[in-house]
Amino acid sequence: MSSPFSINGGACVAMVGKDCVAIACDLRLGLQSLTVSNNFPKVFQYGDVFLGLTGLATDVATVSDLFRYKVNMYRLREERGIAPKTFANLVSSSLYERRFGPYFVSPVVAGLDPKTGEPFICGFDSIGCIDFSKDFIVSGTATDQLFGMCESLWEPDLAPEDLFETISQALLNAVDRDALSGWGAHVYIIEKDKVTKRLLKGRQD
Amino acid sequence: MPGFDFSNYNRNAALHAQGVPLPKATSTGTTIVGCIFEGGVVIAADTRATSGPIVADKNCEKLHYISPNIWCAGAGTAADTEFTTALISSQLELHSLSTGRKPRVVTCMTLLKQHLFRYQGHIGAYLVVAGADSTGVHLFTVHAHGSTDKLPYVTMGSGSLAAMSVFETQWKAKMTQDEAVKLCSEAILAGIFNDLGSGSNVDVAVITPDKTTLKRNYIKPNERTQKLKSYKFARGTTAVLNEKIIRKEDLGNFVSVQEIHVAEPGDKMEVDV
Amino acid sequence: MAMFSQNPLMNGPNYSFNEGPKVNAPEGARQHRFDPYTDNGGSTLAISGADFTIMAGDTRLTSGYSINSRYHPKVFKIGGTTADQHDATLCLSVVGFAADGEALKERLDAICKMYQYRHGKPMSVKACAQRLSTILYQKRFFPYYVYAILGGLDEEGKGAVYSYDPVGSYEREQCRAGGAAASLIMPFLDNQVNFKNQHVPGSGEGHALQERERKPLTRSEVEILVKDVFDGAVERHIEVGDGLQMMVITKNGIEEIFLPLKED
Repeated sequence: MSSPFSINGGACVAMVGKDCVAIACDLRLGLQSLTVSNNFPKVFQYGDVFLGLTGLATDVATVSDLFRYKVNMYRLREERGIAPKTFANLVSSSLYERRFGPYFVSPVVAGLDPKTGEPFICGFDSIGCIDFSKDFIVSGTATDQLFGMCESLWEPDLAPEDLFETISQALLNAVDRDALSGWGAHVYIIEKDKVTKRLLKGRQD
Repeated sequence: MPGFDFSNYNRNAALHAQGVPLPKATSTGTTIVGCIFEGGVVIAADTRATSGPIVADKNCEKLHYISPNIWCAGAGTAADTEFTTALISSQLELHSLSTGRKPRVVTCMTLLKQHLFRYQGHIGAYLVVAGADSTGVHLFTVHAHGSTDKLPYVTMGSGSLAAMSVFETQWKAKMTQDEAVKLCSEAILAGIFNDLGSGSNVDVAVITPDKTTLKRNYIKPNERTQKLKSYKFARGTTAVLNEKIIRKEDLGNFVSVQEIHVAEPGDKMEVDV
Repeated sequence: MAMFSQNPLMNGPNYSFNEGPKVNAPEGARQHRFDPYTDNGGSTLAISGADFTIMAGDTRLTSGYSINSRYHPKVFKIGGTTADQHDATLCLSVVGFAADGEALKERLDAICKMYQYRHGKPMSVKACAQRLSTILYQKRFFPYYVYAILGGLDEEGKGAVYSYDPVGSYEREQCRAGGAAASLIMPFLDNQVNFKNQHVPGSGEGHALQERERKPLTRSEVEILVKDVFDGAVERHIEVGDGLQMMVITKNGIEEIFLPLKED
């Protein structure tokens, strides 16, 4: 039996640009080699922060709902939205709480700091170790491919429009070399005053 | 005490019994070292975090804060080193608040070993604990199963043999601070270049009874060379099927925002600053 | 079995790195093992152009977390008439198990040399490619644990790249990456050599957008691409590094280039 991380497949990537961040995911949901759905987004928006979740689909659904609940509770208690950095620590401690019975997910967080507008991205392993990054974060079954793409395509200070092209090309070409990811993609470009969500044309095989 | 949640445990154990492999945690393949000198102690670490053969983080922090005068270098499962040191740091802070004394290195080491022993090695934290307190300067290693050592120079992690070879050839008693910093960073460099699990930069922390200096990225011997070409795409290269833009100013269309008028200042909720 | 054991720390899984799935072996069973293979890491790459082929590989040799050599070439000239291979026309790159790679290279080289002596002309890439496939398949049940790529110029003088799996299945391709960092390199090659997923800006809306036309890259473009892609692989794969060896095959012979890579 294969690893729970690669039963359903899926890929997610986040990148930093100039005064903006981007987060993108594929849309496939599969059972081993059989594709079950081509509309299973893995990026979730909680106010101004974005969470990408890849791994076991049942846990992706559970964990995304869990954090929706936790973020809503935070907003009610604090009377303000959660900052990406705070959310990252919430994700980290929630995952580490289940150190000996983890959720099989690899989360990615992206957003802009609500006070300074500074771009923030980070990634986690399934037990909550945070990987802070100044350039890009990848997760899912196409991790290797995404690392290769991002490491050569990414450059500092990309404008929102250029960042969109770079993250989209990185994701599309990476998932085309992974049998368990693909079937279209969602890309979010997050700027100070607006969020742009695009549906990409990708191979349907 | 820390309150782990085991509610997924039975599900995962059932899966594991059917032959499902365990999740791959980010490991700090790591070289970490520590060395006592005349009047203080130095600890140092590389900055590579790996997941299998892939580098997950090129510049992570493996020197963890415990208290102003105690620092800890961590190897093993990255999440475990991070959370174990944070937990003990918090316990020590409360302890020193209630006793009104500065925390001691032995106290820290004992708390760590008792915590790790309780979990029988399942918490994969391998630590080098260093600090200065009222009883002097101390250097310890703590293994995941709870055993500890007290030595004048120590190495841990996958690069420990490479680093130890430097100590065993160059270490001498009663070094100066500069000599100890140089020796420790050379031991880390040996790990960076000869052990595949270690890489990138050298972090150093120097602790003396009166102050601690953290030298983040003390040596950066592995800066990436400039790319020969820019791989920026012409705008419009990617095929888009659908686009939706949500502007902050238009958010009112999606949610109704109602200002609540506060009649008297006395009615305001009191909030801690 | 401790599947639903009440005490979670007894007999259950512990999340460490070196523990594989547990196998339920029958009581008293003893397993004998023979492990003749090692993975020596490293990565290779080949790109064919209009009138040239470039083959490249890093020069690191690893086992586990150790570096066995910082200079162990993976790309070889094949079928020259002398020991220094100055008149060779073909290149073979091997990655995987280094000892098998060495043996395979020696064997193919000997065969190419015999062909030269018997027929008075060097072997064509096409012929050599088929012969290499046969060599690999002959060891179908005790394979050479090697991912091989053969490069040269075809009968029309165009660049030719043939890639293989360890048991001899092969294909002529425009470009191919092999070895440890193949999965990092290959999608980038799709994108930058074959312009996959790239369209002509403003040529239409949505599905009507036209794909960017493929045209072969020049030699200098490929050399830049190879250096950049290896720098990327070195950053993210621990088994790739130390040196970059490049063979440029043109009608004037084979040029060998060495460039430094990071050593951590």
